[in-house]
Amino acid sequence: MSDEHQTKEEALSPKGADGGERSEAPGSAADTDREARKREAAEAREAAAKPGSEAGASSRTEPEEPRKPSPKQPQLDEAAALIRALVAPDAVEEAYLNELNGDMPTLVVKAEHWRKTAELVKHHPSLRCDYLRNVSGVDYETHMEVVYHLVSLDSRKELAFKVRTDREAPSVPSVTPVWQTANWNEREIYDLLGIDFPGHPNLVRIMMPDDWVGHPLRKDYEPFDPEV
Amino acid sequence: MIRTEELLLNVGPQHPSTHGVFRVIVKLDGEVIREAIPVMGYLHRGTEKLAEGLNYTQIIPYTDRMDYVSAMTNNYVLVHAVETMMGLEVPERAEFLRLIVMELQRVASHLVWWGTYLLDIGAMSPFLYAFRDRETIVNLFNELCGARLTYNYMRVGGVKWDAPPGWIDKVRDFIPYMEKKLQEYDKLVSGNEIFLARIKGIGKYDAKTAIDYGLSGANLRCTGVKWDLRRSEPYSIYDRFEFDIPVGTNGDCYDRYLIRLEEIRQSLRILKQAVEQFPPEGPTMGKVPRVIRPPAGEVYVRIESPRGEIGCHIVSKGKSEPHRLKFRRPSFVNLQILPKLLVGETMTNLITILGGIDIVVGEVDC
Repeated sequence: MSDEHQTKEEALSPKGADGGERSEAPGSAADTDREARKREAAEAREAAAKPGSEAGASSRTEPEEPRKPSPKQPQLDEAAALIRALVAPDAVEEAYLNELNGDMPTLVVKAEHWRKTAELVKHHPSLRCDYLRNVSGVDYETHMEVVYHLVSLDSRKELAFKVRTDREAPSVPSVTPVWQTANWNEREIYDLLGIDFPGHPNLVRIMMPDDWVGHPLRKDYEPFDPEV
Repeated sequence: MIRTEELLLNVGPQHPSTHGVFRVIVKLDGEVIREAIPVMGYLHRGTEKLAEGLNYTQIIPYTDRMDYVSAMTNNYVLVHAVETMMGLEVPERAEFLRLIVMELQRVASHLVWWGTYLLDIGAMSPFLYAFRDRETIVNLFNELCGARLTYNYMRVGGVKWDAPPGWIDKVRDFIPYMEKKLQEYDKLVSGNEIFLARIKGIGKYDAKTAIDYGLSGANLRCTGVKWDLRRSEPYSIYDRFEFDIPVGTNGDCYDRYLIRLEEIRQSLRILKQAVEQFPPEGPTMGKVPRVIRPPAGEVYVRIESPRGEIGCHIVSKGKSEPHRLKFRRPSFVNLQILPKLLVGETMTNLITILGGIDIVVGEVDC
């Protein structure tokens, strides 16, 4: 009988695949139960749709002190100040705490200063971000962005860096000489998003065949071969 | 005078020791490797591209197919990322079930590694032992979610199926069984002189190199770096359990072997505590909106899979599909060190070193 409920629900739902999500109580109790759940879901939807939804998310994670400055604020300020002082005064475009991600300190750095910033972030005694855990490329349709997630294995402090680049001729200096692990990650981003990494030792495709046309993860990607 | 010349040899893409379709082009001088060029992408399915057209629940089965030896941890990293973005609470019972299946998965995954690694270097019977014992875990998973390999078990906000009656008792019975079998493994292999000669001191690197290459999991810990995300950046309910993080000192294949065997023991230790503390009842799904629509923004979460740090980076624009979904796959990152390790080694050691890294090609190519 719970199968019947499920299929009916799925048919009514705008997004069918969400229908099978909840385990249902059997029998007549299911109806009232489901009504209650529907109401809850509707409330949650409304809450999520409110304009200040980002602030809402952060207050959910730390309900008791929503407005207090984050303990990670000094870490962000320190990193930003160091880069401004030791790389270039205008190197940091933006510095903010990513509330959705547990207040991850995030810095947006200008592409021309990125390589020097990377050296600083890795070697400066008060940052020492020696472990590059992830490199992602993102196509925002207005611009491209490369995101670097770093962590210091000693102090366990995390930093995220973003480098924005033009969409028509995207180019971000390679940090492979700073962190070896960037090597394949940058190749993958080049392959799938077409971002050039000047200074990379061997920037060739890694996932797609060498003669592939286009970069599949770009939002405007059109398959070249109609059969593919 | 003997005329010598360099020999170009293709290992793979179809070769049993590559554990999938992975190819290494090696330049040989006699028996010694002068250069090794890994070639991958044969199993690239464009998971990240496909995900951009799917809602979050529909992406979960795709994560099963990345690291198909450890599908449960892959499930978890995706749902954990979405839960972090939406600030969702997961019920206690669901979180326990997740932890139990993840630790069982770690045991199963290490068993696959142990069996196939020994098969790679020429020992046939351990493979049969390992698969016999892994079968117990696979059967447990089958009972829980009806699948033996690609489970599609977790959901945003909880798990899809509650444990059937008696399931927890079966997990409880499995722990002493496996502990006993581990002693058998040690007797059979760990002290074997031929085995030791094959892997001791092979594929050595130091902590600095490992960190520079972004290695994680046993590949990092074998150099003495005590970095396990279950401890260093706790997620789920790992902070409630007692367990040790085994580390090595030499950074060679033998240390990686010992660490993985010890990790099985530690996982059993976690399981033992989890089964005792398992809440007798309660919901297995939290309160989740009908349509899962994380707020605009981005998140990067990471967990400790059997192979190392698996991460999930989601960029959301407030829609039910992700704008960009990137997986940080430990196999892909760990494999980068292979060409460096192979230079100057003999051909036979290629198999030993590649096997020691423990890759799953579905995850390398994604």
